[in-house]
Amino acid sequence: MNLSEIKKGEEAVVTKVNGDILALKLFEMGVLPGELVSLEHIAPFGDPIAISIGESKLCLRLEDAAHIEIELKAWKEL
Amino acid sequence: MERVITVALVGNPNCGKTSLFNALTGLNQKVSNFPGTTVEKKVGETKLSEQVKLQIIDLPGTYSLYPKSADELVTYEILRNKSETNYPDLVIFIADASNLKRNLLLFTQVSDLGVPALIVLNMMDVAERRGIEYKIPELEAQLGVKVIPINARKRLGIDALKQVLLTDLPSVHKEYFSLAAVDSDMLNLLSKATDKRNAYAALQYAINAKDLLSEKSLRLKSIFDNANFNIRQFLEDEVFARYHIIDVAVKAARLKPKDNLKQSLTRKIDIVLTHRFYGIGIFLALMFLIFQAVFSWSTYPMDLVEMGFASLSEYVKNALPAGVLNDLLVQGVLAGLSGVIVFLPQIVVLFFFIAILEDIGYMARVGFIMDKVMRPFGMNGKSIVPLIGGMACAVPSIMASRSIENKRERLITILVIPLMSCSARLPVYTLLISMFIPDTAVFGPFNIHGLVLMFMYLVGFAAALLSAWIFKQFIKSNQQNYFLMELPGYKMPLASNLFITLYEKAGAFVWGAGKIIIAVSVVLWVLASTGPKEKMDKVAQKYEAKMEHMSEVEKNEAIIGGLTMQQNADYLEASYAGQFGKFIEPAILPLGFDWKIGISLLTSLAAREVFVGTMSTIYSVSGADDDLDSIREAMLKEKNPNTGKPTYSLATVFSLLLFYAFALQCISTVAIVKKETASAKWAIIQFVYLTVLAYGSSLLVYQIFG
Repeated sequence: MNLSEIKKGEEAVVTKVNGDILALKLFEMGVLPGELVSLEHIAPFGDPIAISIGESKLCLRLEDAAHIEIELKAWKEL
Repeated sequence: MERVITVALVGNPNCGKTSLFNALTGLNQKVSNFPGTTVEKKVGETKLSEQVKLQIIDLPGTYSLYPKSADELVTYEILRNKSETNYPDLVIFIADASNLKRNLLLFTQVSDLGVPALIVLNMMDVAERRGIEYKIPELEAQLGVKVIPINARKRLGIDALKQVLLTDLPSVHKEYFSLAAVDSDMLNLLSKATDKRNAYAALQYAINAKDLLSEKSLRLKSIFDNANFNIRQFLEDEVFARYHIIDVAVKAARLKPKDNLKQSLTRKIDIVLTHRFYGIGIFLALMFLIFQAVFSWSTYPMDLVEMGFASLSEYVKNALPAGVLNDLLVQGVLAGLSGVIVFLPQIVVLFFFIAILEDIGYMARVGFIMDKVMRPFGMNGKSIVPLIGGMACAVPSIMASRSIENKRERLITILVIPLMSCSARLPVYTLLISMFIPDTAVFGPFNIHGLVLMFMYLVGFAAALLSAWIFKQFIKSNQQNYFLMELPGYKMPLASNLFITLYEKAGAFVWGAGKIIIAVSVVLWVLASTGPKEKMDKVAQKYEAKMEHMSEVEKNEAIIGGLTMQQNADYLEASYAGQFGKFIEPAILPLGFDWKIGISLLTSLAAREVFVGTMSTIYSVSGADDDLDSIREAMLKEKNPNTGKPTYSLATVFSLLLFYAFALQCISTVAIVKKETASAKWAIIQFVYLTVLAYGSSLLVYQIFG
């Protein structure tokens, strides 16, 4: 599953980041495999989304979020 | 002998760099350009001791030294080149303690370039609230550099920082990232080709330069190709290797584990401010409030300025002997200057609100909620800040568009920014609107002036969106497009930051606009009071003939009856300025403009606010000498000599408003666009399309309603 499909209240771990320049930019901004990610806000028109990752809060478009592969944390781990 | 230490402030965006810069330098700072470039350079000074002066260069915030946007490129360009005159003795790296890991990525890159550096750890209070604390000595030991905890907003730790700079200035750099895995033959070739001593600096320069089109770039590219070097893979490996080094250091120095995620205040505020419905509503309400404030709060200081100038004019007029110098000062310089300085309060109020929204972190939220709206127009959420800034001044806003990574979106944003009604239009709008709507008119709780003014801003914004959409159809790009932005935590606005920003902007307006206005006023006054000899003589003869057979009593009656005023008006018409206005009158008559407005159009070609100054000069030249009526009243009295109807009908005023809303009457904007787009082409295209738009819409309005 990828980050564009995450729902509010779900917590996930980034597993892989695809894309060329976008991936490098995401790494530089702290979107790294192994980081915890959750959905914070959705913009008024449904896109972009604001996520909390590591210690930052970023916003990105759904089409860009689709480049980030995630794995939902199982309920028991929460 | 005085010793000067040059330091550069480097850090991620939103790490508190500006607050530290202000804390170190206070008002002792100036903005200029790096020699031979368009790069804005903010330099400040402070004294460390009697003998040691600290010169501080503020570099744009960036996430890495592989620049992806134009402002990141600035920082990279300064740090990469040791022969650069602005090359610092030391980098003060500002790291946000609440997000240390990501911040240190850039730090290790900077240090590997070979610049000595120290770290200041900022926003310790925010970090502590989030349950993050660091053992400073351990962090220093892990990273091998000096670390100084500060709180830039509360100005804590600044003295400790100064003390370190004075007595313990780091002079060597530390290396973090190893190039052992990279082909050493290739590195040698790159080092020779780029003339850099340090292999990392050479490799980094080559990666950044390989896509340029110079001969050197082609050579670098062929070195990469021959070695079968995978740049994309290397960059990914580099980032991960750096994060690994940082992770070890940060974990070892971290005191307490992170608390369970508490609902932070920022999050609670964002739930409201970025909400599906309230989000947009709050944004619009805020904008509306700003316009009301600009219009109503500024009235009192504006009245004061007006009164001040009136008494200054009276004083100068009486103190100096009557004659050319007196006329020049009172009717030329003072009239022109007062017409513009009077609008300083409005400009300060507008800048105040924009600076406050920026400082607390709200502007990033506006980008977030508006991104989807901007996309169909070929722009993105990051375009919003320059566009809103365009309501203050297009020039810094065009520079602020550097944060937009995508070249096409940036170009479109630059092209339409001048359509946002800037503060220089305020004087023009205010004068024209107040001609037909009394100050006191209210609609419910709102001042009608404010509503009309807001309408003008909306017209500008709508035109900006429409033009952007048209440009989007023509400008193509194959660059990968993405929108990625950090939402910084909300902060209380800092009075000293606001004060310094306002001081800088107001100063720029008064000196920048003031210089042009004085020059234009003087030239205009000369052109308006001299003219072709035979024409001027004809006017003189006409009035001499009229007066010849009058008795003294009749002469006085004629003067009271407006004969002198008429004579002055005839002189103006015969003057060089009048001749020019007459010359272009046929072209602007279909827009409802007479030759006097023609003169103003000419003078406001350099800067649109000159319109008001020109009107005051023209009407104080053509009006009776002792008539210190405000320009507005003089304009309202103005009659068309052919029809006898008022020159300024509603249709003329509306047409004039639209002309000033769209036309690119600002030399500074043309110059900055040429620099920022690195071509005269876009500056010319912009000037032409805005002129056509202005002329066309004025024509349409006057022909329909005139």
